[in-house]
Amino acid sequence: MSSATPRTRPRRLGPGDRIFLTVIIGIPLAALLFFVWLPALASLGLSFTTWDGIELADIHWIGLDNYKEIFTNYPPFWPAVRHNVIWLLFTALLPTPFGIFLAYQLDRKIRFTRIYQTAIFLPMVLSLAVVGFIWEIIYNPDTGLLNGILNAAGSGHHIDWLGNPDLNLWAVLIASGWRHTGYIMILYLAGLKGFDPALKEAAALDGANGRQTFLRVVFPALKPVNIIILVVTVMESLRAFDIVYVLGGGVGSKPGMELLSLLITDNIIGESSHIGYGSALAVVLLLVSLAAIGTFLVQTFRKEDQ
Amino acid sequence: MTQQSRHHLAARGPGRRGVVGGLFGLGAAALGAPVLSACGSGAGADPKTVTFGSNGADATPKKAYAAVTEAFAKDSGLKVKTNTVDHDTFQKSISTYLQGTPDDVFTWFAGYRMQYFAKKQLCSPLDDVWDKIGAGFSDATKQLSRGEDGKYYFVPLYNYPWAVFYRKSLFKERGYQVPQKWGEFIALAKRMKKDGLAPIASGYGGGDSWSILGAFDYLDLRANGYDFHMSLMRGKVSWTDKRTVAVLDLWRELTPYYQPSAGGRSWQDAAQSLLDKKSGMAVIGLFLGQQITDEKIRADIDFFPFPEIDATHGQDAVEAPTDGFMLSRRPKNEDGAKKLLEFLGGAQAEELYMGVDPSNLAVNEQAKTDSYNALQKKSADLIASAKHISQFADRDSDPGFISTVVLPGLTEWLGHPDDGSGTLKKIESQRSRFFTA
Repeated sequence: MSSATPRTRPRRLGPGDRIFLTVIIGIPLAALLFFVWLPALASLGLSFTTWDGIELADIHWIGLDNYKEIFTNYPPFWPAVRHNVIWLLFTALLPTPFGIFLAYQLDRKIRFTRIYQTAIFLPMVLSLAVVGFIWEIIYNPDTGLLNGILNAAGSGHHIDWLGNPDLNLWAVLIASGWRHTGYIMILYLAGLKGFDPALKEAAALDGANGRQTFLRVVFPALKPVNIIILVVTVMESLRAFDIVYVLGGGVGSKPGMELLSLLITDNIIGESSHIGYGSALAVVLLLVSLAAIGTFLVQTFRKEDQ
Repeated sequence: MTQQSRHHLAARGPGRRGVVGGLFGLGAAALGAPVLSACGSGAGADPKTVTFGSNGADATPKKAYAAVTEAFAKDSGLKVKTNTVDHDTFQKSISTYLQGTPDDVFTWFAGYRMQYFAKKQLCSPLDDVWDKIGAGFSDATKQLSRGEDGKYYFVPLYNYPWAVFYRKSLFKERGYQVPQKWGEFIALAKRMKKDGLAPIASGYGGGDSWSILGAFDYLDLRANGYDFHMSLMRGKVSWTDKRTVAVLDLWRELTPYYQPSAGGRSWQDAAQSLLDKKSGMAVIGLFLGQQITDEKIRADIDFFPFPEIDATHGQDAVEAPTDGFMLSRRPKNEDGAKKLLEFLGGAQAEELYMGVDPSNLAVNEQAKTDSYNALQKKSADLIASAKHISQFADRDSDPGFISTVVLPGLTEWLGHPDDGSGTLKKIESQRSRFFTA
């Protein structure tokens, strides 16, 4: 505070308040620096080295070699990038709009709406490990529900949902979408509950049909919720890991299901760990995430400022 | 501490602020907690207690280890505190586990996989223990228990062979003959397929992709011999060598006879299909027996050694992974831990263990084998007659190389078994990252 502050005006923060603020800001800040920024910078530093994670003296600087290796000579890398992009596009184009659609339908005071809402939201309540187990049972090649139904339909052929590299990513995406839809639905439903019905009435008086009301009136008016949903979708896609890990049997990347997050754990966790190599992969994922989040934030705030 | 005084200073509106302050205080305490607990020495410092880290989380091995440690506790007056972790998790976190505060004695595997940690000095040498238990073990076993520096680091408990398992009654019903040579093996598989069976039970879904390595190892051992196989495993020969290419060519002959949809099935389900006579044969380890609950079926199970491919190597190599124990690098109770290891290396511990879990074989030659079932007896003979004993690909090689490079490569290839040399090229390009000269 500058000395020019008028003496007559009481100081807004007493000494107690200052200590209080220092503590409540200081501790989280220290935690943030220590648990987020320090590891992030350490990963960045380690990504230029080779290290087996045991003796600090064994860290050797190798410059950009890890990155060179990854981009030119690491077979699962490009499939992983592709799968991450597919994941993002799939989630953004199918389960997210479907969740919004369901929310819009369920908001229209239909009968049993609460039962539907509960049923659709239920997967979100379950831990992802449980979701994994459920879908494992559905996808089992010998006794699974899905093959049971298909065999009954007379095809007589096994479909190896989780083993076939051309199929398994989609099988996992459906399992993840199953959960994601409920999440989006609840978020959107919350937005719709706060929506001013007068706007809808006005639209109806102007002769708008259901589709027009939604696209021209409701959807634009719910911009804050839409932004949250977009953020949630991007975040969920970039951090995709757990359900693939569970459905892949908890052993890291499998053919057809490579993701950047899985490649990182493959290299870092395990009996012979390659911390430097894994860190370089983590830095790649960090850059991809920052690019996605940065673009989005710049876009949003630029519009807000106008 | 500041949190306490906070209350009085922010006298106005203490309710909300107090709560917030309290929450942050809790948060701070939680942040501090791991640091604090890492400083204190736990129960392990107690000279009457030995801690034992076990990967035997399945019901049978868990019960077997409990029987062994109880007997030791009664014998020695020391308490054994067992800390059981799921098998796969144990392996995956072994490196961090050994660098943290590991248990004094822990379960591990023989071979390169043990030598790796010995080289990194994450475990203690056991020469003084071996002075006492050495008499019970063959030279081959002694060799398996030493690190690259010649010191002992490992106390073996049991091993089990891999072979081709089948049901005797099925072979009798259909008039199948046990094949000796590769051609006969393929012909038998073809016949089984015609008879409506899945000739070779197969399940490498989920976390079970390791199970395909049994076939790979045997094909390589039979076609190229033990020495080449070990050089390949230790990263000393190129994976694009024409001898390795030949292995995949042989494997391709076999793949049409694999049980379909293997990539989504667990090894247990595959083993079950053999027990249910839906599959004809299975390339698997003796641990298949853990799947059997009906003793009548156990008596009906038999195996034959993987068929001969090249007459120069015949069937001279047997894949028989050995499991046992190691001592962590700074055990809290070193004397007690060594006493436990001596006990574990003795005949009595073996007999106790095998009494509960009959799907393994005692390694100590002084252990009584009278209670062995027919399958165990035959397995013991198979191992005893072998000229070379290999462990298993992920134990004979760098496990990181196997799990992040070889396994994804080979499982992907098994899905479309055509371009073998492309797969091997991908594997080869990663080799130098794991094996530095």
